[in-house]
Amino acid sequence: MIEPRTLLLGALATVSFSLTGYVLIPALGIETEPTTLADGSAYPEALGESARRGREAYRDLGCMYCHSQQVRPVGFGADQERGWGRRGSLPIDYVGQSPPLLGTMRTGPDLADVGSRQPSDTWHLVHLYDPQLTSAGSNMPPFRFLFDHVPEPAEGALTLPEGATPAGVAVVPTERALDLVAYLKALKQAPDVTGGSDE
Amino acid sequence: MADAHHAQLLARLDASCRRPVLTFLVSAVAWLLLGSLLALIASIKLHSPEFMADAEWLTFGRVRAAHLNAVAYGWAAMAALGVLLWLVPRLTRAPLRGPTWLVGVGWVWNALVTLGVSAILAGYSTSVEWLEFPLPIALCLAVCFAAVAIAAIDMLVRRQVEHIYVSLWYLTAVMVWFPVLYLTANIGLHGGVLTGVAQSMTNWWFAHNVLGLFVTPIALGTLYYVLPKVIGRPIHSYYLSLVGFWALALFYNWAGLHHLVGGPVPMWAVTVGIVASMMMLIPVATVAYNQHMTMRGHFHLLRTSPALRFVVFGGMSYFVVSVQGSFEALRGMSEVVHFTQYTVGHAHLGMYGFFSMIMFGAYYFVLPRLTGREWPSPALIQVHFWCSAIGIGVYFVALTIGGIQQGLLLADASVPFLEVVQATMPWLQARSISGLALTVAHLAFAAGVAGTVFGGPSQDRAPTLLGQPAGGGA
Repeated sequence: MIEPRTLLLGALATVSFSLTGYVLIPALGIETEPTTLADGSAYPEALGESARRGREAYRDLGCMYCHSQQVRPVGFGADQERGWGRRGSLPIDYVGQSPPLLGTMRTGPDLADVGSRQPSDTWHLVHLYDPQLTSAGSNMPPFRFLFDHVPEPAEGALTLPEGATPAGVAVVPTERALDLVAYLKALKQAPDVTGGSDE
Repeated sequence: MADAHHAQLLARLDASCRRPVLTFLVSAVAWLLLGSLLALIASIKLHSPEFMADAEWLTFGRVRAAHLNAVAYGWAAMAALGVLLWLVPRLTRAPLRGPTWLVGVGWVWNALVTLGVSAILAGYSTSVEWLEFPLPIALCLAVCFAAVAIAAIDMLVRRQVEHIYVSLWYLTAVMVWFPVLYLTANIGLHGGVLTGVAQSMTNWWFAHNVLGLFVTPIALGTLYYVLPKVIGRPIHSYYLSLVGFWALALFYNWAGLHHLVGGPVPMWAVTVGIVASMMMLIPVATVAYNQHMTMRGHFHLLRTSPALRFVVFGGMSYFVVSVQGSFEALRGMSEVVHFTQYTVGHAHLGMYGFFSMIMFGAYYFVLPRLTGREWPSPALIQVHFWCSAIGIGVYFVALTIGGIQQGLLLADASVPFLEVVQATMPWLQARSISGLALTVAHLAFAAGVAGTVFGGPSQDRAPTLLGQPAGGGA
């Protein structure tokens, strides 16, 4: 015979047990302060103003649902062979992030180190405007709503292949598009970091 | 005489909870329809990226999160709480108190999910999977849940039965589990308590447990109630169900961290997650064995009883999805299928093939008893069942094969990424077609629910069955 009290207390006990293991212990045990690299700089570096706003755009548009930000170690998948990073990601890479945008899906490639492999503003802007222009066959949606369409000529207009827009129309990135690109360019792994809870 | 007395008691219990239960159950169906629409938009976008591309609020990253939250907190939670509010009076023999309050709670719940889904579409999502609602909305939802929990525990305290039946174990435990999970995760993640990968760990502790310690116990509690009622014989083994319950309570808690295999989190946590996932084979096997032994000799009733047919389908899916999940957690399997559509297929087999199908079965069982009206048409039920069953079948098979292929190609660095994307296309298109079938199923279901709840005056007629009964059954 089971009493309701046994059930309620038993249920509380089991969930508290895992709460201790998976919430409290990590909260106390995982580093929350940046580290110092060999050259004396702090890592991870705080995002600049524009990149910080760009991170908000990344969050509100749900980029995380198709792009992970975690490089797996050598021997576990082919992340590093694909050029997605130069080492497996460590807890230190995410210090101060809220929320960390680890992601669970790779409909698109991993972005943990995209700033290192793709440093061009123009590439990112053209890719956001119409992914087919840089990556034919991609299923990433075009983010045209991050750009203004204005009559030519316009300052700061994108250089697009002929036929990508109607004649006489210039495509100018909005502040949000520029912020988003600043964030993507800031996504860089420091290669020589050691440390993390696995040490 | 005893029968008449018993029928009177049941009528009194049903009358006590009728209004709140109908509020929750009917609202849930509305969310199911909206969730289906959002799902279709998201699914089409994944293979046809130009589809509705210029509507910012419907961009894939938003509409996908809106779908998840509409079906998780709109459909699943409201259906689960509606069924719970009907089951607890029956299992405790204590009438529900404060029904008018609970009707209000149902409407507030609707308002909160409306706000939450709108916030996601408007760009205010937190981008934390399963916890996308902004903190104030989440906290209000927790208060609503607390109101339901208090009503349920109040009935438990006033119970008129000696023995607490298996179903009630599961429902009681949920009253503790969900608030602890939901409050800890929301405050920890959105309340500025945790940062960095400690958030990711809490995220997956929550997101996996919301399945295992909220929707699973309610679905299993329903299965343990409906199955014996429909076939008219008790559950095969009381002791097995005891083992199943406590094994779930112990092991499920720890399973969630397999979502971070290969990720930047402490190795011990992932290992514990994998071990707990394998241990889940114990409770899963006990439930499956118990269901099978209870059903033995009564499988012919699946031909006629809609409630039984949906619930048994759900129980079988539970076995398949759980065994799949245990092995999916292993490092070798995760290396290939993590980050692919395989996981999406698995998640839908769980939330749809298992949980939603059992809830559908519960609706077929509960609504005629609550409203005094029978389901209007067996044809609608057939459409519902077959479109659901075939829809989720195609969904699961397409994304399982497509996901394994995607994972194997991703693991081969000589295959350019865009070729991997192209390889998934046929499977994503098949998923859209299965989504269409599921939507048809939901429309047929909604039509049936509307006829039963809002149809004319109650009639005194025999239960709606799916064919000529070979004797007995409802």
